[in-house]
Amino acid sequence: MLSLNKVEIAQGDFRLSAHFDMDAGQRIAVIGPSGAGKSTLVNALCGFVDVAAGEITQDGRDITTALPSERGMAMLFQDNNLFAHLSIAQNVGLGIRPALRLTQSETAQVMTALDRVALQGFAQRKPFELSGGQQSRAALARALVHRKSWMVLDEPFAALGPALRAEMLDLVAEVASETGAGLLMVTHSPEDARRIADQVIFVGDGVAHAPMETAELLNNPPPALKAYLG
Amino acid sequence: MASGVVPVSVGNISTKTGISAAVLIAALILSALGAVTWRAEGGLTLNPSDWAAVRFTIWQAMWSAFFSCLLAVPVARAMARRRFWGRSFLITLLGAPFLLPVIVAVLGLLAIFGRSGLLNDALTLIGFETVSIYGLHGVVLAHVFFNLPLATRLLLQGWQSVPAEQFRLSAQLGTPPSMVFQLIEKPLLLRSLPGAFALVFVICLTSFAVALTLGGGPRATTIELAIYQAFRFDFDLGRAAVLSLVQLGVAGGAAVLAFWLVPQITFGAGLDRMQQRWDVRGGVSLALDRGIIGLAAAFLILPLAAITLSGLRGLSDVPWGVWGTAWTSLWVALVSVVVLLCLALPLAGWVAATRKGSVEAVGLLGLAASPLMIGTGWFILIFPYADPADWALVVTIVVNALMALPFALRILVPTLRETATTYGRLSQALGLKGLRLWVWVLLPRARPQIGFAAGLAGALSVGDLGVVALFSDPDRATLPLQMYRLMGSYRTEAAAGAALILLVLAFGVFWIMDYWGRKNAIAE
Repeated sequence: MLSLNKVEIAQGDFRLSAHFDMDAGQRIAVIGPSGAGKSTLVNALCGFVDVAAGEITQDGRDITTALPSERGMAMLFQDNNLFAHLSIAQNVGLGIRPALRLTQSETAQVMTALDRVALQGFAQRKPFELSGGQQSRAALARALVHRKSWMVLDEPFAALGPALRAEMLDLVAEVASETGAGLLMVTHSPEDARRIADQVIFVGDGVAHAPMETAELLNNPPPALKAYLG
Repeated sequence: MASGVVPVSVGNISTKTGISAAVLIAALILSALGAVTWRAEGGLTLNPSDWAAVRFTIWQAMWSAFFSCLLAVPVARAMARRRFWGRSFLITLLGAPFLLPVIVAVLGLLAIFGRSGLLNDALTLIGFETVSIYGLHGVVLAHVFFNLPLATRLLLQGWQSVPAEQFRLSAQLGTPPSMVFQLIEKPLLLRSLPGAFALVFVICLTSFAVALTLGGGPRATTIELAIYQAFRFDFDLGRAAVLSLVQLGVAGGAAVLAFWLVPQITFGAGLDRMQQRWDVRGGVSLALDRGIIGLAAAFLILPLAAITLSGLRGLSDVPWGVWGTAWTSLWVALVSVVVLLCLALPLAGWVAATRKGSVEAVGLLGLAASPLMIGTGWFILIFPYADPADWALVVTIVVNALMALPFALRILVPTLRETATTYGRLSQALGLKGLRLWVWVLLPRARPQIGFAAGLAGALSVGDLGVVALFSDPDRATLPLQMYRLMGSYRTEAAAGAALILLVLAFGVFWIMDYWGRKNAIAE
């Protein structure tokens, strides 16, 4: 369980407070108007943004000030998920062993992950030889071998077309449920949320609200969310 | 995609004025080249001392570029990953040596590393032999003083170009520091270092003032200095002409090779933005970084502080004539800036509109053709008809503008290109073209860059000691030349006072013009 206990995030004039729990293995979307602090929230959870007050605990362990690598989070960024000078296999391998000296069984693990995201045969390619969708899948393969308890996605696949994006979202959801990892996904599209999320966190007016059932929330939105959804 | 065939719409910047400017520049340089070729009379034979000058020129430039880049790596690395008090001040300071008049810097270095400088005082105190700053190592030391900050800035730019996600990614993966180097820093160094090395190498090839003051003699004479000596001491125009051709060959060849490697010169803003890092550790690595930053800061600050202190003391000894030459230097610089802008703006517009990198090479002629080569050529042209000393300041104005041209183009072209791409179609639809396009669209958009380029050109011109040394007679001088003469006659106090005036003048000119550019600049 991931708990935010009276967490306050401050960046200049910007304030965001959050106080709720997230159950392990859940698939949760974070939606809200742009500038509301969706990215800030997940960045704070991953350790990229400092928390001004309150505490974050993971399965009872205080991770408020833990290093990003010491949290159970694997984040997929909007772009620059891959190191351009490394091969796809090496990029994925970083998820197993950051020093990149893989044993045979670990290499096999990398290949299996590449198979899973349908990138078999691309192991020795460099990122620039891959399309945008393929690059996203390579990053997903790394998250797969990284074996963290949460996969965090900050508006991923924004650059992909609708069909490809839907396909990627489904793949992400499948991969998450196969590994038992929870999924936390920032998006500004309610359709994306409906597509793969069990629960939705609405971020608006300086507050990240506790997660609610997706259908329930989107069908009967509170006024602030209603204004955002239009 | 055959981008060479399909015309790309980049707005309707008139190319005519740009082509005229290019033709004018080419004419100015080629006339000088023609004159030296004619005067060299086909006798392209080099005597042993000429060969020595060629070898020394290349060697010192290699060593200067090597040490500047080698030392820049730890300095840039430490600065990129540490937050500390005075960090943005230090980054601003890294820009200073580029504007600093060479002769002033030499005086500052003498105060620290010279015969009775701080270093030798310290060495004597602990019973060591004193070291001499003259010769190869002095020349290299001065070049490193100028170019270590430049290389550091270029590398910092490289660090800054690393996407924030990559540091986050390595933080999330928990990569050890050695792997962070492999993953992020090694590739960026491989990208940035060749350009930095090439730029420093080319700059040092045409070194004149440093060699004049710290070099000299058969073992430490650059080609530029040899031209000057053939000219002033032997009045052997033929030999000066031959050496000019050699200089053109060496520097021109290197400049063309370097052109493809030399990176974009970004201006001030943004370099002090700090990337958030999670991979930096305390302990030994922190202590090491602190030491590196401290040493680099001392290397930069001590000579500048020494000039300022001794300058304040010497200000009362400054003869009246110095103030007159200061005024001369100032107006020469201002006219030179105007000439530069009249050449650079149309040319940059043309380069931006054509999208062909090869056009940008025109500006490179200025870097390849050294000041003394152009000076020699024009001297040969003017000599039969008039007293070249009467033309000293005119030639200085034009040569200074030509020398600043490559830098100005590197600064101006990207903005103009971006503006043309962004607003090209809108301007076309509105029928904005010619002068009106410049007045309403291009100039306002490029204002910060214009101010920066003008400031740079002004400061370089104020501090320039090059072609003016060739042409001038005792009655006519700019401030740097006057200062050199004071140093030559061992009037150290007065020279220090003049150095302080020169320092204030160069930085003042830069600051005012750069400030003009940034003030009311369109906020992005």
